Amino acid sequence: MAITYTSGEQVEVYRFSIPATVLVPLAALFLQAWLPLRFPFFTVFDLPLLVVIGFATARRNPLAGLVTGGLIGIAQDALTHQPIGLYGISKTVVGFGASSLGIKLDVENAGARFLLTIFFYVVHEIVYFLIARGLVGLHMAWSWPHEFLSGVANAILGVLVFMLLDRLKQRT
Amino acid sequence: MDVLGRYRNLIVLVGVLFAQVLGLAVQVRRTTDNEPTRLIRIWAVGAVTPLEKLLGWTQTSTGNLWHNYFYLRGVRAENRSLKAQIERMSLEQVRLSQDADQARRLQALLAFKEQFISQTMAAQVIGSSGSELSRSVYIDKGEHDGIKPDMAVITADGIVGKVLRVYRSTSLVLLIDDQTSGVGSILDKTRLQGILRGTPSGELVLEKVMSDETVSPGELVLTSGGDGIFPKGLLVGRVTKASPGSELFLNIRVHPAVDLSKLEEVLVVTKIDERQAQPDQTGAARAVDILAERLPGVPSKPETGDKTTAPDATKSAPPIATTVTTTKPATTKPAPTTTTTTAPGTASSKPAVPANPDSGNKTTAPPPQVSVNGDPAPPRKTATSSSASFPAPSAGTTAAAAMKTVSKPVKASTEPKPQPALEDNPH
Repeated sequence: MAITYTSGEQVEVYRFSIPATVLVPLAALFLQAWLPLRFPFFTVFDLPLLVVIGFATARRNPLAGLVTGGLIGIAQDALTHQPIGLYGISKTVVGFGASSLGIKLDVENAGARFLLTIFFYVVHEIVYFLIARGLVGLHMAWSWPHEFLSGVANAILGVLVFMLLDRLKQRT
Repeated sequence: MDVLGRYRNLIVLVGVLFAQVLGLAVQVRRTTDNEPTRLIRIWAVGAVTPLEKLLGWTQTSTGNLWHNYFYLRGVRAENRSLKAQIERMSLEQVRLSQDADQARRLQALLAFKEQFISQTMAAQVIGSSGSELSRSVYIDKGEHDGIKPDMAVITADGIVGKVLRVYRSTSLVLLIDDQTSGVGSILDKTRLQGILRGTPSGELVLEKVMSDETVSPGELVLTSGGDGIFPKGLLVGRVTKASPGSELFLNIRVHPAVDLSKLEEVLVVTKIDERQAQPDQTGAARAVDILAERLPGVPSKPETGDKTTAPDATKSAPPIATTVTTTKPATTKPAPTTTTTTAPGTASSKPAVPANPDSGNKTTAPPPQVSVNGDPAPPRKTATSSSASFPAPSAGTTAAAAMKTVSKPVKASTEPKPQPALEDNPH
């Protein structure tokens, strides 16, 4: 029996197969760790975040969204030398927010996805910044232009990632 | 119960966030160097790094296949260029080894203990942390290969970072441009010491240098050895900007010697030995020896000579001086080129002047024997030099006359090197 993460009554709810649920985040984590070695500019992107947003908006279940975000974030934390939880908390918030918003908005078209990704990228960075500075004591500088441009770059990539995820999702 | 059901999602969210914040706070409080690696890290690294290793191996193999068997364009020219470079570096090495030998003798006098890298292990960079705020990379060597935390990681160009976490077959290396990194450093010329730190934007800053000091851009930054991780004297980078900073310290920006964003292969320093300096008793080859092997034959003429010592050598001999004593005759071959009229034992920066072609046939010159600090040394080969660093007799002088000249003692490395001695050439 296929596992579904959510169900909906009025909006279309999708699910992902177990291999896709496991392998897509793993591939995102792998590419996020591997590509910056070959293309240093790739550190601007946050592939795991795009996967969290993609899964959350497709499933449209806040609980599934926050669990997915939390797990992917913690796995991302585990690859760094920083304390575990920085990405975990940020992506938990994003996963919850994206799936909650996905219930209310139509996030099937590219324009909405583009704007949604910029918004959640900035939210993610704000949460990360607050925790990193407030809890961990890291020295970080906040720059709105940098964050916004990074958000746009991520949104462009995000549209492509969501198109790929569309091929993997199954209607409940 | 209705309220709980209605706000179930929000309650779960708050609970999950609270748990994570609590966990984070505990980690921040307990962060120590001896903290064992958490299981979640082992799982995550175990899930990601095998693929990175496989991809790295495939990329390396394909690259090697292409570059070693197919794409060989320009290899001959490169080979010639490298050979020329080796020749140049051999001469430089000899000069440096003389400096080092002198330094060792002085260090021995002071019972100075030096650190040196005695064992390294090559490793391939297979992945990164993927985060701008965690400037670290993974290498394909781990606990099974003998890697341990806090080992220094370097390349031929300079230092890279230190091993932070060790897994079974991989290790996490903290780069020097991470903001949690700190490297004890020293400026090459001014000998000012400071701590090199990374910034959130990935720049390197040398901290704790007082603002009343003068630091000029371009100055080299080396490891000071004070951090207990990097041996002293490894290249860190170069000062790009020095300006008055906040409080009492200078704001010194440093450009790393190694391109940290394009790391492929690194060396992990697996063993650092500390030993008391020992003067080199073997009598290493000298620049003149190397030149002698390359230069054409010397027309010789019979000449007798006993002990010959240059006047200036006797005049300015410091405690560690080189004297030349002739003990047996030998056939010498002078070089076809000589330097400009420079007094023996002094350096000339002028270009070499061709020697008189009539100057000779084979000359049997009184061969000198070098003794250092009174200890007899075996006879060595020699030749006149066309280099500014290795002065030779003036144009028109015979090789035999050149053989009588003796060097000054070795001076500081920044000065032009005087010729240590001119001796017989068995060729």
